[in-house]
Amino acid sequence: MRPKPPRSVETRHYEERDALFAGLRRMSRRSFFRLAGLSAGLAMAKGLVTPHAFQLVEVAGAQEDGTARKPFTFAYISDTHLYPRTLNDRFVRAIVKAVDDVNNLDPQPAFVLMGGDLAQLGKREELELGRDILKGVKAPVRMMVGEHDWFFDMGEHWKALFGPEQYSFDHEGVHFVTVMSVQEKDFWTARGLTPEERMQIVAGLDNGIQSRFEVGEAGREWLKNDLADVPKTTPIVVFSHSPLYRYYRPWNFWTEDADEVQAILQPFERVTVIHGHTHQLLSNRIGNIDFHGMLSTAWPWPYAPEGLPKLTIQQNRADPFSQFDGCGDGTVDVLENGLVNTLYNLWDRNPVTVRASYLASGGTRDAPPRARFPSY
Amino acid sequence: MTRTPLALAAVAALALAGGALAPPGGAPRPAPPRHDAPPSPGGNVVVALCDGETTAEIPGVREGETPTPAQARDVAARLMAAWRAEHPDVAWDDGTGRTATGDASAGRLAQAEPRTQRQRGGAAGSAGAGGLPSGEQGELQRGHTYKAFSERDEQIWKLETEKFVREGHRVFHDAKAVGGTIGVSCDMCHPDAANTHPETYPKFQVQIGRVALLRDMINWCIQNPSRGKPLPEDDPRLKAMEAYILAQRQGTPIDYGKH
Repeated sequence: MRPKPPRSVETRHYEERDALFAGLRRMSRRSFFRLAGLSAGLAMAKGLVTPHAFQLVEVAGAQEDGTARKPFTFAYISDTHLYPRTLNDRFVRAIVKAVDDVNNLDPQPAFVLMGGDLAQLGKREELELGRDILKGVKAPVRMMVGEHDWFFDMGEHWKALFGPEQYSFDHEGVHFVTVMSVQEKDFWTARGLTPEERMQIVAGLDNGIQSRFEVGEAGREWLKNDLADVPKTTPIVVFSHSPLYRYYRPWNFWTEDADEVQAILQPFERVTVIHGHTHQLLSNRIGNIDFHGMLSTAWPWPYAPEGLPKLTIQQNRADPFSQFDGCGDGTVDVLENGLVNTLYNLWDRNPVTVRASYLASGGTRDAPPRARFPSY
Repeated sequence: MTRTPLALAAVAALALAGGALAPPGGAPRPAPPRHDAPPSPGGNVVVALCDGETTAEIPGVREGETPTPAQARDVAARLMAAWRAEHPDVAWDDGTGRTATGDASAGRLAQAEPRTQRQRGGAAGSAGAGGLPSGEQGELQRGHTYKAFSERDEQIWKLETEKFVREGHRVFHDAKAVGGTIGVSCDMCHPDAANTHPETYPKFQVQIGRVALLRDMINWCIQNPSRGKPLPEDDPRLKAMEAYILAQRQGTPIDYGKH
């Protein structure tokens, strides 16, 4: 009989690991927890988790990248388009309705994202009205800027009220980054426009005088730097007002430098973009990036005549005879793997959920319900 | 375009007088191009046509003398004949049923219709009520003042129509112009007039409780989402908006009653 070949470090490691898993399957629940506690204590005593010995702590909540992550939920209120209260009470009622929805969530979400376009014409009065209403939200609020907030005074009052327009934070092992994606090349100086005129042009969705949205070179540099130290295995969730892809240029359902931005995001294993501006149920997947649009509280946009992503299942046409139809708010479930399921809480209709598994499967699994009355 | 020989003579007389009229004292108009008529070898007065090229003489009449009406008509007819001879393919209906060359064939005039906008869709162009028999070059009915207009007329009318549509675009995009009181303009829900589907009217609009036309829905939207007062039926703003909405659906088949 030939002598057994020597077993390398790796071989022994994997044998240990297999034996551990086999043992786990046979173990009773109580023994498991005792063992887990012992192991955790060992790891803490040692001060680190040794790479060459398989620790139970790692097994208990391990993700592919080795860090433990809990699923959680955040809510969104987006595109509220507030006018001064004395001029328009309808949009005020809509945002208040959304605040009520979010406050009534049980359990409460981890935070609430304001998806941009808080104001309609970027006036101080409008931004402050929005801020005052959002003070009533119980969970912490994360702000994102939209073009309606920005182009009256180029973001001066927004930044004074809400802080920087680009920032990032981490939550439960997921890296959240908010980008300013509604920059526009200067179209107003040459024409000698006043701030009101500039804002009025930007406020017209079909107004072709304005430039197309972009993150811009400075914004992309900022994003690159922010993501430089983030491991490629960490799930990324990007908050953006414009979609970060190209849907329909005449309505600025569009980000001009989408390719460059997507190139910065592509190296990461799991990326989700949550965007506003389109006021409709909108879903897309490009490479390894999922895109989920948010609803507006103020009014629904129709679907564009062309360019609709294949993965989007349209929402039913809006009923003009119902103020809130086609509008709403929503929640986003961030799963253990860092991808998301988005729930569209459409007012006056049943809610619709668009799952990460639907997007990942290219539309073959877990499809959301179809529209009975798609766009004309 | 019909012109009496007398009218042509008036044009010829103007040309005789030397061309440009002095501006009355307001903004100076650019002088029309000079038509230097070659002098007559026999010393007769030379009449120049407004095309800047054709000339004819009035024999027996010198520069500065006034021709008789008969002589004026004669020179006008000769100028016309010379011009028609130079431009044999132009559709020029002088109302007499005869061409200048005396050729009774109506072949050259068969192209009278195709220039207009009305040809779109094919129905007007092919043989049918009011259309020309396709492929046939028969005699045309003449002397009809209806449709006796020029390309210039059509251009003016097209510009007027587009002006009307643009006015509709303006009102559509302006909450105050339409009488709205809460800052909601039509383009907020209907960018580029999307989702207005005018081709589906008339239809029974259950929420209004009767059969509605496009203008009824426009007025409903003005009252409800825009919170304004409904416009009277003959309001130019209502008509202009209807024009703008219809113009955005150029080519869409009528599908009235569709829900």
